[in-house]
Parts: sequence; structure tokens; C-alpha cells
Amino acid sequence: MNTGQWLGLFTGVLFGFLMQKARVLRFEKQVGAMLLKDMTIFKFMLSAILVGMVGILLLSNLEMITLSHKSMNVGAVVVGGALFGAGWAIMGFCPGTSLGALGEGRWHAVFAIAGMVVGAAFYAELYPVFKTTVLAWKDFGKIGLPETLGVSQWVIVPIFWAGVIALFFWFEKKKI
Amino acid sequence: MKWKIDDGGWSPYLAGALVGVLAIVSVVATTQLMGKSSYLGASTTFVRAAGLLQQTIAGDNALINEYYTKTKIRIDWQFMLVIGIALGAFLSSTMDRSFRLESVPPIWKERFGSSWGKRAVWAFVGGIVAMIGARMASGCPSGHGLSGMMQLSVSSFVALSMFFGVGVWVAHIVYKRRKS
Repeated sequence: MNTGQWLGLFTGVLFGFLMQKARVLRFEKQVGAMLLKDMTIFKFMLSAILVGMVGILLLSNLEMITLSHKSMNVGAVVVGGALFGAGWAIMGFCPGTSLGALGEGRWHAVFAIAGMVVGAAFYAELYPVFKTTVLAWKDFGKIGLPETLGVSQWVIVPIFWAGVIALFFWFEKKKI
Repeated sequence: MKWKIDDGGWSPYLAGALVGVLAIVSVVATTQLMGKSSYLGASTTFVRAAGLLQQTIAGDNALINEYYTKTKIRIDWQFMLVIGIALGAFLSSTMDRSFRLESVPPIWKERFGSSWGKRAVWAFVGGIVAMIGARMASGCPSGHGLSGMMQLSVSSFVALSMFFGVGVWVAHIVYKRRKS
């Protein structure tokens, strides 16, 4: 294995370990969030975003890393996002957590994983069709919120933090 | 706020914050060691797995497909990361004895009964739909939800809203018992 593969494996083990400890891998937690009864996955994801955001934006300012936005292609993100949401609700896993769920013994995740591999093959097969239809509607390119709104990221970050912390207090108050 | 939850797990706030640190360290490490900033993600790996599988069955001709050429079918950093997730979860769950062999999850059982075949078919179908969506949107809750949000990407705010909005709607249709 090369350096990149070892690094990926090591990072993945830590990522999987932390997701398992937070209990976010389970079907119950994923569907529980979608039924608005258990916000564990949001507490977890938003905490990661709050911390990660500060470091990543700072390091990118210092030019130690480069940002890598995904394209704001309207059809792709809206239609693709909707399809993902529907499949996620039925499957009860997302691509990353499916492997983790398998790791903690929830073996029905193998069917979800198999379905996702088949889905990826379907997408590759259908890609030429999507490219001239859904993907061709309107593409705003790889854009970030600061330049889109015309404000500094250091204005957005504190507002985002405040909003998320308020949400956390609300989750705890509602006991969800 | 409790740092430990009842069954020996960790507070999702604490574990989440640690994933935030891991995400930062990981971007720096990939930039330094591989020469390119890579962000946590998972769904591209499923394309690579599909490509490798098709290559094994049908030979190199299977990879002529435009999307496979664009994605570069190989076992890369992210592929190993996804495998690592399974290993990490196995380690953690055996250490705190939360490892459970489960064929049908409780919410599903309550609504659709304990048939594992039924669960298997729907998990498979859901997987197909979700992955077509994730590849179309270029990301999943890891790539868009975590990495994209950390970078304040516009597409990630829209994608995550769609993921969750439609997820809530479909979950309510599928799992809520109709009151008779």
C-alpha cells in the first residue's frame, strides 16, 4: 500500500471509531433524526462542522491548504439531493455510516451497501443522459458562501456558531 | 451536559468536535503527504467499487464508460478511508461491547414486521436510489454535510437541506403508523 492508502485507512479507522462512540451509525439514529425524535446525528455533525470550519477556513487563509467546493449545479444538487434524501430514509444509512454499521454488527447494512454499489453503476451508465439533461440546467460553479454574499467568512462563522449553539440548547430543552 | 451516554457511548457533541479536529488534521496531512488537499467523503468510493467489480467481471472494456474515466477507478485514499470506517466501528463496538448482530432494526420491525428479507430488499432499493442521488449531487452527508459545510460551500447548504428535507418527508410517510 502507498502513503495515501495508509493515511486513508488510518483516518478512516479514527473516523469510524468516533462515529461508533457517538452511536450515529445506527439505523435508529438516522431514521430517528428524520422522524424528528432523536437529533444525535445533528449534534454530532454540527459539532464537527463548528470545529472543522474554524480550522479549515483559517488554514486556507494561511494558504496551507486549498478549499475544494463542489459545484453549485442547480439540477444536480436539487434533484440529486432529493433522490438521496428519499433513498436515505428507506435505507436508514448513508454511504459512510453503512460501512460503520456493518462494522458494529448491523449486518443488514450489506444489502444497503450492495444497493449503493449497483446505484453507482447505474449512475455511471446513465451519466451521458444526465449530462445533457439535469446537469445541464444551470451551473453556478464552485462557489463559497462568503463571496456569494459579499461578506467576510469571519462574519459568517460567528453567526453560524451562534445559530448552531442556539439549536443545541433547543435540542436539549426538547430532549430530542 | 453529560460526556458519557447511558450505554457507554460518548456525548455526540464531544465525538463530533473530535471529528472536527480529525477533519482539519486530515486535510493538512493529505496536503503535506499527497500534495493535494483531500476532504472526508465516502460516496465516490462506491463508484470505484462498482468500476472495479465490473472490471473483474467484464474486463478492462467495462471501464471505457465516461463517468468511470472521469472518476479514475483505483483504490485510493478515500477508498481506504471507507474501509477504515468499518474497522474503526468494529474496534470501538467490541471494546465497549455494543457490537450486536442485527438483521432487522427496531423501528423497521415495529412498522413492517421481523422479516429480514423484506428489510434486505428495501435496503437494497433505498441504496440504489440514494447513491444515484449522491453521485448526481457530487456528495453525501460526509462530503457535503461535513466537508462542504466546513468550507462554507453554497452547494453543500442546498444539498444538506434537500437531503434532510426530503428525508424527513419520506420517513414520515414510510415509518409513521396511520392512526385508525
